[in-house]
Amino acid sequence: MSPPVSASRTMPIRLSRSIGLLPVAVLIVAVLAVISIAIGVYSLDWRSVLSGDGVDHSTMVLIESRVPRTIAVILAGATLAIAGLIMQLLVRNRFVEPSLAGTTESATLGLLAVAIFAPGIPIFAKMLVASCFALMGTFVFLAILRQIPLRSPLMVPLIGIMLGGIISSVTTFFAYRYDLLQSLSAWTTGDFSSMLRGRYELLWLAGGLALLAYIASDRFTVAGMGEEFTTNLGLNYRLVMISGMAIVAMVTAVDVVTVGAIPFLGLVVPNLVRLVMGDNARMSIPWIAVSGAGFVLLCDIVGRTIRYPFEIPISVMVGVIGSAIFLVLLLWRAPRVG
Amino acid sequence: MIEIDHVSKRYGDVTVVDDVSLTIPKGGMTTIIGPNGAGKSTLLSMMSRLIGMEAGRITVDGLDVTTTPSRDLATRLSILRQDNHLDARLTVRDLVAFGRYPYSRGRLTVEDRDKIEAAIDFMQLDPMRDRFIDELSGGQRQRAFVAMVLAQDTDYLLLDEPLNSLDMKHAVGMMRMLRQTADELGKTIVLVLHDINFASCYSDRIVAMADGKVLHNTSPDLLMTPETLASIYELDVSVHDIGGHRIGVFYR
Repeated sequence: MSPPVSASRTMPIRLSRSIGLLPVAVLIVAVLAVISIAIGVYSLDWRSVLSGDGVDHSTMVLIESRVPRTIAVILAGATLAIAGLIMQLLVRNRFVEPSLAGTTESATLGLLAVAIFAPGIPIFAKMLVASCFALMGTFVFLAILRQIPLRSPLMVPLIGIMLGGIISSVTTFFAYRYDLLQSLSAWTTGDFSSMLRGRYELLWLAGGLALLAYIASDRFTVAGMGEEFTTNLGLNYRLVMISGMAIVAMVTAVDVVTVGAIPFLGLVVPNLVRLVMGDNARMSIPWIAVSGAGFVLLCDIVGRTIRYPFEIPISVMVGVIGSAIFLVLLLWRAPRVG
Repeated sequence: MIEIDHVSKRYGDVTVVDDVSLTIPKGGMTTIIGPNGAGKSTLLSMMSRLIGMEAGRITVDGLDVTTTPSRDLATRLSILRQDNHLDARLTVRDLVAFGRYPYSRGRLTVEDRDKIEAAIDFMQLDPMRDRFIDELSGGQRQRAFVAMVLAQDTDYLLLDEPLNSLDMKHAVGMMRMLRQTADELGKTIVLVLHDINFASCYSDRIVAMADGKVLHNTSPDLLMTPETLASIYELDVSVHDIGGHRIGVFYR
């Protein structure tokens, strides 16, 4: 083996530049956020908003709909991307994310169970039930991975997709039986159009969980190097694993409860950031948060303008763009993986 | 001192390590050799609490490895296994910095930084400190991992087949650096090696295992005889004195 000299000589420069560019990226996201607030079917009258008496229609639209929606987009984008990264580190496979590991599908099953057995409980309790289901689904996924000899890293997401398919079919069957197919489609299709004040705030909890993940980021980086590596450094591997997966499950559940599932986001964003920033979560999480928020904001803006005044749901936008990027990553990586 | 007291390990019906008792003194380099399936790596993994044991007790400086908090052990004993991490994208410097995790929990002090720099210097990794380890050659990557356990600054360094996938030049370089680590930094090094001649040339003591048992625990000179090697490997090995070292020849 000879060192691949040419490509890596530039690495230190690339790395330090990337760190310095973070404020620029934040600025871009801020600009996107302003655009996101500005566009919509009702055209805002900025003068009456700025005059500040706070009773006109424009101010109301802004506070009740546009700002909540934009915050929801930013929070969902950032937290789902971080959840994807945590899962990739813990599973030690960069092709997994909650919607490719049975996690999202299990959360949806949990919501269906609530809708059937306890439809009246508050949204926070619904989220907790969905989190428990998501966590259980994730552990089933991990248990299957332990049983099957993994000849290729690509086996891991394939198993996740199959498991997710099985869980989804169970969910669909019962949703059909109990006449809940419409609710089901709200959970499985991410859509920000219903993000009004009072309906998005749970996403702040996902934000808090993502912050927690950032604080504990060193543990996840270490766990990403394997059980023996982790044990050598005096960390409890199982504890890191369970707490990390709990964060992933709760972020996923919050997302499904509020926005609905957004596939591929947690896969595409961490993988693109990783190419430049590497696997040190402490370095990459800020970038993943900003890129995730920016990516979803952009998809949301495009989805709202392309068929104006109609909207294309965010899950469709992210799904189409994200799966295309996923395919490119797969094909590009294939020679090194195989 | 590492004391192994009547330790056994079974996987199902197969006894991998069979009632082994062994004392590894502090200081110097002890190498464990033996044929495939002798239980060498399993013993090393039990010594470093990576896996449990069915019977017996292992202590490191009097601390029982199964009951001492893992974090405390991490400041006394480090283990490097052959889990090749070929695709890990950490910079060399970040990887070595993780060696300080048992002390700093991620908040590096001035002392931590000094130890990190010292380890990078000692393993001659300075030119590639900001490169990702997935972009290094096998030898460089191996050195980066050794630098990490050096930064961990434990009295005991356990390495499982550190010469795997290294060419002759890098294998010799690695053994010289480990010898230097034992001599200059006063560390106790325990190795599992496949190459009996590397073991003979560099070790202070050689422990020979076969079928889960310790057959010999002696100096390289006493171990490197045709009779002893035949008893370990069931293979005819002629032994020659070359350049002051006992070299086994067994290729034909």
